[in-house]
Amino acid sequence: MTAVAANLKDSAAVAFIALLLFGPFLGVQLGDGNAGNLTLSTRPALLGVAVALTFAARFLMLLWQGRRPPAVLTRLTAWVQQSGKFVAPALLIFAVALPLIPGVENAYIDLGVLIMTYVMLGWGLNIVVGLAGLLDLGYVAFYAVGAYSFALISQNFNLSFWECLPISGLLAACWGIFLGFPVLRLRGDYLAIVTLAFGEIIRLVITNWVALTGGPNGIDGIAHPTLFGLNFSMAGGPGTFAGFFNITPEPGQRITYLYYIILILALLTNWVTLRLRKQPLGRAWEALRENEIACRSLGINLRNTKLTAFAIGAMFAGFAGCFFSTREGFISPDSFTFIESATVLAIVVLGGAGSQLGIVLAAMVMIGVPAMLQSLQIYRMLIFGIALVVIMVVRPRGFISTRKPTVLLGKPKVVLT
Amino acid sequence: MSDVVLSVTDLTMRFGGLTAVNGLSFEARRGDITAVIGPNGAGKTTVFNCITGFYRPSAGRIVIARQPGDTLLLNRLPGHAIAKKARVARTFQNIRLFSGMTVLENLLVAQHNKLQAATGFGVLAILGLGKYRAAEKAAIELARHWLEQTGLIDRADDAAGALPYGAQRRLEIARAMCTDPVLLCLDEPAAGLNPRESVALNELLLKIRDTGCSLLLIEHDMGVVMKISDHVIVLEYGKKIADGTPHEIRNDPEVIKAYLGEGDEDDPDAPIAGTLVHSV
Amino acid sequence: MAYALQQLINGITLGMIYGLIAVGYTMVYGIIGMINFAHGDVFMIGAFIGIIVLTALAGVTSVPLGLLAALLLSAALCGLYGFSIERVAYRPLRGSFRLAPLISAIGMSILLENYVQTSQGALERAVPDLIPGGITLMNENGFVVQLSWMQMAIVVVTLVVLGVFTYLVTRTPLGRAMRAVEQDPKMAALLGVDTNRTISYTFVIGSALAAVAGIMFLVYYGVIDFYIGFNAGIKAFTAAVLGGIGSLPGAVLGGLLIGLIEAFWSGYATVAYKDVAVYSVLAIVLMFMPTGLLGRNEVEKV
Repeated sequence: MTAVAANLKDSAAVAFIALLLFGPFLGVQLGDGNAGNLTLSTRPALLGVAVALTFAARFLMLLWQGRRPPAVLTRLTAWVQQSGKFVAPALLIFAVALPLIPGVENAYIDLGVLIMTYVMLGWGLNIVVGLAGLLDLGYVAFYAVGAYSFALISQNFNLSFWECLPISGLLAACWGIFLGFPVLRLRGDYLAIVTLAFGEIIRLVITNWVALTGGPNGIDGIAHPTLFGLNFSMAGGPGTFAGFFNITPEPGQRITYLYYIILILALLTNWVTLRLRKQPLGRAWEALRENEIACRSLGINLRNTKLTAFAIGAMFAGFAGCFFSTREGFISPDSFTFIESATVLAIVVLGGAGSQLGIVLAAMVMIGVPAMLQSLQIYRMLIFGIALVVIMVVRPRGFISTRKPTVLLGKPKVVLT
Repeated sequence: MSDVVLSVTDLTMRFGGLTAVNGLSFEARRGDITAVIGPNGAGKTTVFNCITGFYRPSAGRIVIARQPGDTLLLNRLPGHAIAKKARVARTFQNIRLFSGMTVLENLLVAQHNKLQAATGFGVLAILGLGKYRAAEKAAIELARHWLEQTGLIDRADDAAGALPYGAQRRLEIARAMCTDPVLLCLDEPAAGLNPRESVALNELLLKIRDTGCSLLLIEHDMGVVMKISDHVIVLEYGKKIADGTPHEIRNDPEVIKAYLGEGDEDDPDAPIAGTLVHSV
Repeated sequence: MAYALQQLINGITLGMIYGLIAVGYTMVYGIIGMINFAHGDVFMIGAFIGIIVLTALAGVTSVPLGLLAALLLSAALCGLYGFSIERVAYRPLRGSFRLAPLISAIGMSILLENYVQTSQGALERAVPDLIPGGITLMNENGFVVQLSWMQMAIVVVTLVVLGVFTYLVTRTPLGRAMRAVEQDPKMAALLGVDTNRTISYTFVIGSALAAVAGIMFLVYYGVIDFYIGFNAGIKAFTAAVLGGIGSLPGAVLGGLLIGLIEAFWSGYATVAYKDVAVYSVLAIVLMFMPTGLLGRNEVEKV
């Protein structure tokens, strides 16, 4: 039979499967009654649309398969690869200048804060997953340690954000070592599941140890950061930022301050990572990822190398958590679920594990895009899940999948991979 | 050149009910190229893994003499200390390179401990302080030296995984040499090499021997073994059945029966019958 | 004594459910070496299909028939779900680097959870007590040890299903093919085994088992929501690992162990931290035995 007919038959089969799969969930809706009072209502229209869409999608997919991508696309990708050198500095300049652009709304600066928090988390997790190759699915635990340590220390010992920041990082690093010890001998998926379990344990403890953490209600009234003792209160007057500079207090001032704090923290993470890559430690991490047994035969202490990766990665998560705490003013266990770990991991993998720039791009896409589509908020997680699957299937190696060598003997040339 | 660099005494390795190595004793002399040969399954790689810290022997002693009189017991050392303290380096039967990293980076990783010590607790170097830069320069020089010795200098900045097979084998040897070992253990270095590459390998191994490093190798390729070894040990079913110079081994009836098979005695390159297989 | 016996009964029942899910995990890990993150959510989907079928048949058929219909329909549809998940999210990534299928699986898990949440709402769903009553085993100082019909049904159904499944794996050509692909996919393919189809069957069967577990969970606990798959998934995977990945009897054994740990911890310590207890067990066991209790020792050739 002709190709078109074959495609139609294939698409029909796929659509039929979709009918069976979607039937119970889309075609039918459970009523809101209690046990014994349940009702079912049918939604044939919704089911029909879903099946039709599946048919169309499959048909298009089959048509597109085997076709060369249009010349425009290949030229575009070539251009992107070549101009890669300029993307990073351009983004940096944009990031630094964003709040200063006249007329830019607070909402956008706030979005920038959100994206950069995830960029920092991504860069931190990159040390563990991208460089050292240790599959950590419980990264959110260190984020939580950073956040809760700031909340508790600042409220009980009256220390400011800047004073607590190193303490949070240190505490998180200690937890990184503590949680890294049991998993030293584990590989691959086993390592992933145990780190996930650890993340869940931390969340459960936070939720249930009410005396310490306030339980599910969280901790409220966390202090916002100050600039040399000046706070950003809306009241104005002495002791406040607005009062000191004799300007009218506006919410944008604190948001801008927060923005630059996270920008600096994120850039610090990036700088440390880039420096470490050129050090024996960073190379040992990458060697660990490539071939653990060879590392051992070269005299590298695997235990120390792995624990350092966990500790330093955790430290940056701790910093980010501390920042999160002070930015929100309120934290609860709901902010530290597995979904957070999954999101950060997705950002790292999507970016092309190991690529600093890729992670920035991935964070912009994964955090920025959903945040801007307000009308689709209820479908946010659903789209997130679909996006993860689709992107992985289409481009498993992530946005930027080439590795930059840390040292070159000769002149830089095209590196064969 | 006659003191002992490695002495193995009554080495026994049991895996559950299987005894892979049974009461093996031999000595490798400093400055020698010592070859361990035997049919497949004779326990050669097991012996290697015991010596290089990947297995814990069930019984026996393995002692390395880094300098004459400066001995160290190898059995009880943790894996990573074997290269660091005992200065025993090895290559692997299935090549284990850091494929995603460049050739040069592979050689720098080999000098990890030396470089790490120069970083000032790992932190100062981040700030550009300390003696790290000088140490890294020296490390690159050492890497350059070995790249030239192994003919890989032109490919220093290529990804290790992109190299052809023979070059990857040479890279593994260069990497092992960058750890500045006293004893280099090679697990079938000639496997998969064509005759021309085998000759080049012989030259390389002799050059390494001339730097003062002792070599211990497992090999099936008799061209390599007979041409360059000073001392040959033959294993069969985990036991030593012969121990001597290549000439003595070639004429040993036990060995001929077990391994070498019938062939022209005076021609080391004669086709070998028996269980000899070129590993790939 | 009576209290302990009750926990034992509860634990075994719960353990059977976990064991059924764990078998699916261990089969998939054994054959393609990946953790099917979405497997727990197939269990959840099975439970939901069950509640929908039961609601549809409420008043139309008797309870036993309704349950049977729910069981069969759920198993069939979940098998189809498992098949589709593998085709869409995992097969294209076979042979890709190891993080890719994991992310895809996580994405699929999130997708399924939110698919159910958006299509059926985030509320909990409850069914009335469908198999009420049981037998009283003992009465000690007023504490009554009950073995409910439900619990017995769960144990019986699980054992029957596992029996059929064991027969399938050990005696049929399909089972042999599955074991062959597990040991050496290339060689199996060379010998004429259709690896793709075998892998698909593995997913289908594993998902069907998860569906059975889902129905039983639904009827036993009476309440489900779209998130039960996540928790049950981790615990069932813990069970699979405890018993040794790749070992089917191990998965069931692990499931029982987890069920007992959870029941006894809830009974004698705190309910709030029961999950912490289970997860900690996972970490501790793997710390000392990286390949699980009964797992095959994967010796990496040096």
